[in-house]
Amino acid sequence: MKSESNLERVLEAGQFAVTAECGPPRGADPDVVLKKAELVKGNVDACNVTDNQTSVVRMSSVAGCMLVKETGTEPLLQMVVRDRNRIALQSDLLGASALGVRNLLCLSGDHQKFGDDPQAKNVFDIDSIQLIHMVKTMRDEGVFPSGDKLEGAPKFYIGCAVNPFADPFEISVPRLKLKVDAGADFVQTQCIYNMDKFKRYMEEACRQGLHERVKILAGVTPLKSAGMAKFMNRMVAGIEIPEDIIKRIADEPKEKQAAKGIEICIEQINEVKEMEGIAGVHVMAIEWEEKLNEIVGGAGLLPRPVMELL
Amino acid sequence: MITGTPKPIEEILEMLEPYDNIILAGCYGCVTVCRVGGDKEVQVLASTIRLAREAAGKKIEIREECLERQCDPEYLEPMRPYVEDYDAVLSIACGAGIQFMAEKFARTPLLPGINTGFLGVTERQGEWTERCQGCGDCVLHLTGGICPVTRCAKQLFHGPCGGSVQGICEVDKDVKCGWQMIVDRLIALDQMENYGKLKPYKGWDSSRDGGPRRIIREDMV
Amino acid sequence: MLPCTGRIDEALLLKAFEKGADGVMVIGCLEGDCHYVNGNIRARARVERVYRILEQIAIGPERIRMYNLSAGEGAKFAAFTNEFVDQVEKLGPSPINLARKGKTEAP
Repeated sequence: MKSESNLERVLEAGQFAVTAECGPPRGADPDVVLKKAELVKGNVDACNVTDNQTSVVRMSSVAGCMLVKETGTEPLLQMVVRDRNRIALQSDLLGASALGVRNLLCLSGDHQKFGDDPQAKNVFDIDSIQLIHMVKTMRDEGVFPSGDKLEGAPKFYIGCAVNPFADPFEISVPRLKLKVDAGADFVQTQCIYNMDKFKRYMEEACRQGLHERVKILAGVTPLKSAGMAKFMNRMVAGIEIPEDIIKRIADEPKEKQAAKGIEICIEQINEVKEMEGIAGVHVMAIEWEEKLNEIVGGAGLLPRPVMELL
Repeated sequence: MITGTPKPIEEILEMLEPYDNIILAGCYGCVTVCRVGGDKEVQVLASTIRLAREAAGKKIEIREECLERQCDPEYLEPMRPYVEDYDAVLSIACGAGIQFMAEKFARTPLLPGINTGFLGVTERQGEWTERCQGCGDCVLHLTGGICPVTRCAKQLFHGPCGGSVQGICEVDKDVKCGWQMIVDRLIALDQMENYGKLKPYKGWDSSRDGGPRRIIREDMV
Repeated sequence: MLPCTGRIDEALLLKAFEKGADGVMVIGCLEGDCHYVNGNIRARARVERVYRILEQIAIGPERIRMYNLSAGEGAKFAAFTNEFVDQVEKLGPSPINLARKGKTEAP
């Protein structure tokens, strides 16, 4: 075991894992996180806490993780390299590990121009792949990148994000390989709608044996309405929702669209469960956490396994 | 070349408020090439200032000059005999030239007439784009001749980030994704093995982050 | 004497205003008919720049204008000139001339 995290134990035992996401609030109110965490509890093996997503300032991810942990769910710390140099990254990771956080997702981060403070300084001291390498070095060799010994190595199950739908497609698997080579233990993908493209991606990843070196969790996001689907398709880079999916939802009367969105989400989970190389699912029911139970249950993934502490 | 953009005329006029007698100095170097600080620009700016000032009832005398460069001491020295006859110098050279003048003529207020931009190239007349951040540790041979520090908005060394759409950076629809360009070039040059290598963490101490820099060529001093 | 409006640059046009012109009229050949290929096109771009400068310093951008006609269009030339002179008369003396007049008048 690299980190003894619950998520690691579930995946290493060969069980199909489930993770979800909690976005911290735009303020200091802990109850927002606690409420979301209660909805997530029992439906996941670990819960991601985002890090100033889209550069919009929110309560820190580490703080959010501690609140999630309080409710009895294992947190998964998302960390972007946009805002912190390597000194701060190392420091925050040591702190998070000391506080009991055992899962980490290493990300680049959206450019600050999308958020509250487009005039902020752009850090990107090291990139997400170098961050993976850095955490692995600290965890497995017990030293700082500078070479000095650590007084207690951080224990993280190291993850990364991939977007099989990003341009250029030809580089997506080679970039996954770079992340695996750097030391990633697991992967969460961007939410899938275009199943064909995702299949092509997974075929190539498996062809290169990457699924044996890293645990891949497929990302899904339930669509609340046809309007949401159209909006995401148009406005969010890297998301392509096929016309037939939008149509299936749009054909429903307004009050039935949400249920159709959930139905489609469950279908997607069932489909990826059967795909070679997929070790779990990452359900991003953003601001719709109350539906998580229905989705995970509907896909036959409840109850979540209780892993023995080894 | 070093590029720049003219400061808005209101800002320049505000800077010139306390002065009635100035030198307006241009430069035949980079700023001439990018049409912001050369001989012509000196003439136009001088007329503009004089017209605006006179219309507001407060004339100004301007000595128009254009120096070979403002970043080498031998081209500044010829001004020494008369610079103190003027209240201030408005320079439309780059920030390096303006500061050098300020150092050489310590008793004369130095005013910047342009906002210095970046190290760049001419795409076409009227359009310049950034190419080099002066990071002090060039890796262009590994990235198909395209700089990840300058041309990737996130300075990634293992890009692309996944936010680009059809080769356009998420930051601006007019900005090409640096890593898309690098990947395209590596493929064209059959150098994709350069992509697959894990790069060491960038040493930013050779760039501005390490502090104001200097170069000493032992063989020349 | 200019061989072509292409010889005109912004500095020259601004100088005219400094010397006391209330208005400046630039007359070039019809576009596409420039004897020097595109001198008149360049002139138009330069006149536009001076227009913007005059606007920024509140001199009144309408004090400069470029017209295109062929050398044989005498009547048009007269019409354009009259039109422009009217325009400038409506604007009144340029702020420079007003400032100077204010100065030279005895207190």
